[in-house]
Amino acid sequence: MTRLVAVDALWFALIACAVGGIVAPIAIARGKRQWLPFAQAAVYANFALVTIATGAMMWALATHDFSISYVAQVGSRATPLFYTVISLWGALEGSILFWAWVLALYSAIVVYTNRNRPGNLVPYAASALLIIALFFHILLVGPANPFHLVSPVPLDGPGPNPLLQNHILMAVHPPLLYLGYVGMSVPFAFAVGALLSGEAGSDGWIRLTRRWTLLAWAFLAAAIIAGMWWSYEVLGWGGYWAWDPVENASFIPFLTATAFLHSVMVQERRGMLKLWNINLVVGTFALTILGTFLTRSGIISSVHAFTQGTIGYYFLAFIAVVLIGSAILIAGNSDSLRTDGRFDAPVARESVFLLNNLLLTVFMFTVLVGTLFPLVAEAARGVKVSVGEPFFNRMTLPVIVALLFLMGVGPALPWKRGSIEDLKVKMIPGTIVGVILAAIVLLLGTRNVYGVLAFAFAGFAGTLNIGEYVIGVRARRAAHGESVLTALRRLFGANQRRYGGYVAHLGIIVVAVGIAASSTFRTEREATLKPGETMTLGKVTARLKDVWGRNEPQRDVIGATVELLAASGEPYAVLSPRMNIYPMSDQPIPTPDVRSTPFGDTYMNLMSFREDGSSATIKIINEPLVPWIWFGGGVICLGALISGWPTRRSA
Amino acid sequence: MSRVALGIVAVAAMLLAAPVARAQSAAQTAKDAASQAPAAVRPPPGGTISAADSVLEARTSALASTLRCPVCQGLSIQDSPSELAQQMRSVVRDHLAAGKTDREVRAYFISKYGEWILLSPQPYGFNLLVYALPVFLLVGGLGFVVMKVRSWTAVSANGVAAEGAAAAIAGQASEPEQGTASPVD
Amino acid sequence: MNWRRASIAVLGAVPVIALFAWGLTRDPNEIVSPLPGRQAPTFALGVFASGEGTLARPVGDTIALDRMRGQVVVLNFWASWCLACLDEHAELSAAALRYAERPVQFVGVLYNDVAAAGTNWIARQGGQAYPSVLDPGARTAIDYGLYGVPETFVIDGAGRVVYKHIGPVSAALLRMKIDSLLAASAVAPAAPALDGPR
Repeated sequence: MTRLVAVDALWFALIACAVGGIVAPIAIARGKRQWLPFAQAAVYANFALVTIATGAMMWALATHDFSISYVAQVGSRATPLFYTVISLWGALEGSILFWAWVLALYSAIVVYTNRNRPGNLVPYAASALLIIALFFHILLVGPANPFHLVSPVPLDGPGPNPLLQNHILMAVHPPLLYLGYVGMSVPFAFAVGALLSGEAGSDGWIRLTRRWTLLAWAFLAAAIIAGMWWSYEVLGWGGYWAWDPVENASFIPFLTATAFLHSVMVQERRGMLKLWNINLVVGTFALTILGTFLTRSGIISSVHAFTQGTIGYYFLAFIAVVLIGSAILIAGNSDSLRTDGRFDAPVARESVFLLNNLLLTVFMFTVLVGTLFPLVAEAARGVKVSVGEPFFNRMTLPVIVALLFLMGVGPALPWKRGSIEDLKVKMIPGTIVGVILAAIVLLLGTRNVYGVLAFAFAGFAGTLNIGEYVIGVRARRAAHGESVLTALRRLFGANQRRYGGYVAHLGIIVVAVGIAASSTFRTEREATLKPGETMTLGKVTARLKDVWGRNEPQRDVIGATVELLAASGEPYAVLSPRMNIYPMSDQPIPTPDVRSTPFGDTYMNLMSFREDGSSATIKIINEPLVPWIWFGGGVICLGALISGWPTRRSA
Repeated sequence: MSRVALGIVAVAAMLLAAPVARAQSAAQTAKDAASQAPAAVRPPPGGTISAADSVLEARTSALASTLRCPVCQGLSIQDSPSELAQQMRSVVRDHLAAGKTDREVRAYFISKYGEWILLSPQPYGFNLLVYALPVFLLVGGLGFVVMKVRSWTAVSANGVAAEGAAAAIAGQASEPEQGTASPVD
Repeated sequence: MNWRRASIAVLGAVPVIALFAWGLTRDPNEIVSPLPGRQAPTFALGVFASGEGTLARPVGDTIALDRMRGQVVVLNFWASWCLACLDEHAELSAAALRYAERPVQFVGVLYNDVAAAGTNWIARQGGQAYPSVLDPGARTAIDYGLYGVPETFVIDGAGRVVYKHIGPVSAALLRMKIDSLLAASAVAPAAPALDGPR
């Protein structure tokens, strides 16, 4: 029953997308605008139908309906309800269904909020969204159908991948990622709409697109940070970013979207970079599809990659259609995309944005090339090679440091025409802070070039961005005699986009400091302890209290209780690193325990244990400033929120 | 104009110099790492670790971070908590203690696991491509940006001189709208 | 209309798409071992599970590769926590018994496990025909470039690795490999290998 409803809903959704997707172009070509509401209706119908299918899947998961193939694959009676329901995105087919739902949701909101906009832009954009949805529906009734009938019906299932039912962040990271990833379809659809309707040369579509890009960008930023957090809390190695292909796949479109958010300002103010911006929008979307292809086709091995099948060829065909279609559309509009503006002076914010775009593009390209190189090398040499952390760190750290530098210089330079002398004056406090930070870091004993540079330039950029608020508040106080707080509030009110952007800068700087500190000053120690014995790492003294075991319905848990001792010998905290043993998995899944303070974490892992509980090997990692990364992620999103918050004035 | 070119060259020089600095520091990795070692590896309470031991530990972790853990895709054997990674780390330590060079230890692992075991491709032959392509893009892109900025500003300078002067005067009034002083508006 | 630019963009996409299409035909997790064709890494490891009948070796005895020149050696890495090892266990024992009278030596190597768990596991499976040894610190496993268990190596009389198998191995496959090695040594008496163990 559930199955039939869901399958029918998906087929009707497919038909709605196919019909709706071609109605608008035909209606516009034949001058029959009275047909356009059909396209709109198709968008809403698609949303309703996919919602039914997704709801049916969640219902089937919750009720353990093992006659449905996806439930039989990821469900298990022993798994807690919460983890059962969120396993909707725990494997390939369910994640495609969830993707289709998020896309349907975005499409409906886009069409609804722009329903009164005149012109052909929105109908064409709705068409593009429906065609993208059509692709996912084809997957859902074809190679990624989650609703196959299983016969005979199994009594129980294996349960989700143990790594995916080990932490609450599994409920947060994937939805954010999809909201970010799928959100990039909206700017792409507007770009297609602008190209088809001949509005590509005007700025209307870019204003429409900007806020949607910002929204998707913020979701993607939050998803990346949440993914780092998940990795840190679950994988047990005490790190948060391993340059794994799947991590890279989410990071690559983030970089192009970041480039767009900056270069779009040059287009809005100076009418320039039109061709570049539309390429960034199209490229960002293509890269999200490429990322999905990499993680869903099994072409590249990765911790998170899902199992393979024929689905890769579908994605490949779709990527080809997107790239070739966009190339033809952009070529067809090359006249209207010609740049008609010019710069007043080389030293101006415009130039910084050009450099920022160049560096972000190089950054994106480096990560992309590194991710794909194993495939290239195998094709060319027949030898498998790895491209991992040492490569990415060596290649991207100079770019990151240069970007931090630009992040400080950009806000300090005015549009149109700046002066080197003014810039020098503005840079003095930042330079002082940077030098002091570098000196402190050197005194603390690191000789890591990039550690020192990252601190120095983060301090530099942070000071200059804060400096912009100081200058603004001072100016307001001088002009209007306002109090500091009023002045700050009105500052945001008067130019929320700009000052929100600086908040996002500060968030990124906080993240950068967290990463620099935790990778430069991380210390660790491993020891085998008997109950009652202690080990020391820096200021942390830990005492093993006991080793225990516990059976839970879906797993066995082995844990160690470890007390952290104050100088007096009194315990001030208790940590319980564990190993979870799932029946369907060879190896135990380590579950670290973390004690967080604002200035760093004590990260503890149970490495091994004696079965009789007579000893356990404990690893303690001292992780300075790691919480700053998560906090900085929040600040980034806050900045995006301030920047993109709809107000009557800017709407 | 020449100033911006200078600035761009400076940034470029910084970017290009950085990998070089890195390469130099790589040669001294062991030495550097050794100086960090007292922080990285605390001596056991009461016991002492000799200088030779801490040099060995530092060399081991530096080398182990470049070797890929076979059972945990993507992580180095230094980072991975898995049992095999710990054992491979102790193989690295023993080989180094027996007087082998970093290169010899790497060669040992390549002979067992293939080039796949290196987390960073060996920088010669075809593999150079992965290092060179981003640098080409950076250099080419910098050239392109400089060229563009030059041509865009050249048009402006070429235009009616009065326009430039007028803009400069008007700039006093109009610039606050978009420029630094906009907070006051 | 700038068709030139469009065609360049399309032409640029073609090799990338082709690369992906080719990549889809490959298994990213299959990493070719450099060992086959090379001299097998030597080992001398202590027996913890004796094996049965004529194949048995006393517990505590040392099995060394150097002393098995002239024999085909089948080296199987396994563990009691390894699920796939259950699938191949009977096949391996059957193959070992089949070649009991021939110059073929089967050796099990316990990987990242303790002897007690290993002997328990063998008892639960109803015995193992050939001896198994302990590999402290997984040194031998690393020497053989092990990724996981089970993995099986076939070594010829001259001490060269002839074949590496990842995952559960079948008796038929082993038979094919061993028969061809035995046949080769039979037709090449000009290069007789040294005699069997001791």
